[in-house]
Amino acid sequence: MSALATITFTAMLASLYLVFLYAPTETTMGEVQRIFYFHVSSAWTSFLAIFVVFIYSVRFLATRNRDLDTKALSAAEVGAVFSTMVLVSGPLWAKPVWGIWWTWDARLTSAFVLWLIYLGYLTLRRLVESPEQRARLCAVFGVLGAVDAPIVYMSTRWFRTQHPQPVIAGGEGSGLDPQMRLVLYLTFLAFVLLFFYLWRLRCDLERTQEAVESLERQAQLREAS
Amino acid sequence: MTFFRQAGAIFWKDILVEFRTKDALTSMLLFGLLVILMFHFAFEPDSLETERYGPGLLWMTFVFAGILGMNRAFAAERENDSLQALKLAPISWGAIFLGKMLANLLFMLLAETAMLACFALFFNFDLLPRLGWMSAITLLGTLGFASVGTILAAVSMNTRMSDVMLPILLLPIALPVVVGAVESTAAIFTDPPGEALGFWVKFLVVFNIIFVTLPLLLFEFILEE
Repeated sequence: MSALATITFTAMLASLYLVFLYAPTETTMGEVQRIFYFHVSSAWTSFLAIFVVFIYSVRFLATRNRDLDTKALSAAEVGAVFSTMVLVSGPLWAKPVWGIWWTWDARLTSAFVLWLIYLGYLTLRRLVESPEQRARLCAVFGVLGAVDAPIVYMSTRWFRTQHPQPVIAGGEGSGLDPQMRLVLYLTFLAFVLLFFYLWRLRCDLERTQEAVESLERQAQLREAS
Repeated sequence: MTFFRQAGAIFWKDILVEFRTKDALTSMLLFGLLVILMFHFAFEPDSLETERYGPGLLWMTFVFAGILGMNRAFAAERENDSLQALKLAPISWGAIFLGKMLANLLFMLLAETAMLACFALFFNFDLLPRLGWMSAITLLGTLGFASVGTILAAVSMNTRMSDVMLPILLLPIALPVVVGAVESTAAIFTDPPGEALGFWVKFLVVFNIIFVTLPLLLFEFILEE
């Protein structure tokens, strides 16, 4: 096991302990509020991932090093996983607390749009034949999507300020208990480590796959000749 | 030839091609009329409801009609296999983008003008006193949308199922411009105009600055091979 794997594993265990045993129970929401640590950490990590996609897409376009494209793709795939976790844990938390599965709150809406951007990116990857062209087109879409994500967040936030809030007013950001804040930050840290660990695994997998494909092509050529 | 004259030449070429077949324009216009027809039977709006839902209806129609039109943006090049020739021309690839984008903008604006007239006519909506603002908002909203749409049409042109791919890629990215356009249109539909008008118009200007510049820079990576 690599050092990163060990650290990630320890951090995830520690965050489980912190979330379920150390963090105080929220007075009004009760135990269900503990999903908040995973929910918010996943959301932040999914935004971190699109930033990683952006960096590697730009670097790929500048250098044409195929490995940078592999890194962008892997970050997008892992980012899509975290993004999906946001969309699953959000309603699970909202239903018992607010009585509704979904509200068009700025954070929820932009998480949803980010998820759609990830899915667009991954769909695009499957639909372009040539690997070289696929890398370029995806890098272009990756840059557009990553620049768009914060603008989507701002626009939905401003949209909200002009409309009445549907069910609840404030968010969890206001006046968070110091103990809770500590747990949140440490859980986020664990999630960031998890992201980097999964990202590296996914990169390795992609490289192996590419190696297999190139070996297969060589074998086919040898057979043909 | 300077950059802008090159872009002008591409723009003119696309206009000539379009006015020979009128494919994109007819499909956008008919689609717009059909949506207005459906809207009447789906909601049977009175004048207050027209004020309330009109901006959303208009922009939904503009967006989906625009997608129809933009799916044809590179149709001439693809069907005649003339993209290669276009790339060989001694002009900057950014100019190709600018020319195509401006042509798409013009087609969308023409279709939108007709749709707006039909909307005012069918729903007895008094558009004349708002015509100045409405034109400005339509121009700003359509510019950003056409710019992102043109580059993503070029991306999706290279995929299998390109017709489906364009909306999947474009709609999440174009969400902020739709929000801004609907909100500012809603602000002028009330009498007197809503306070949010200035804010959202500024937002549209900022979105346009970012999303006209970025595709202009990224376009060359799509054409390359």
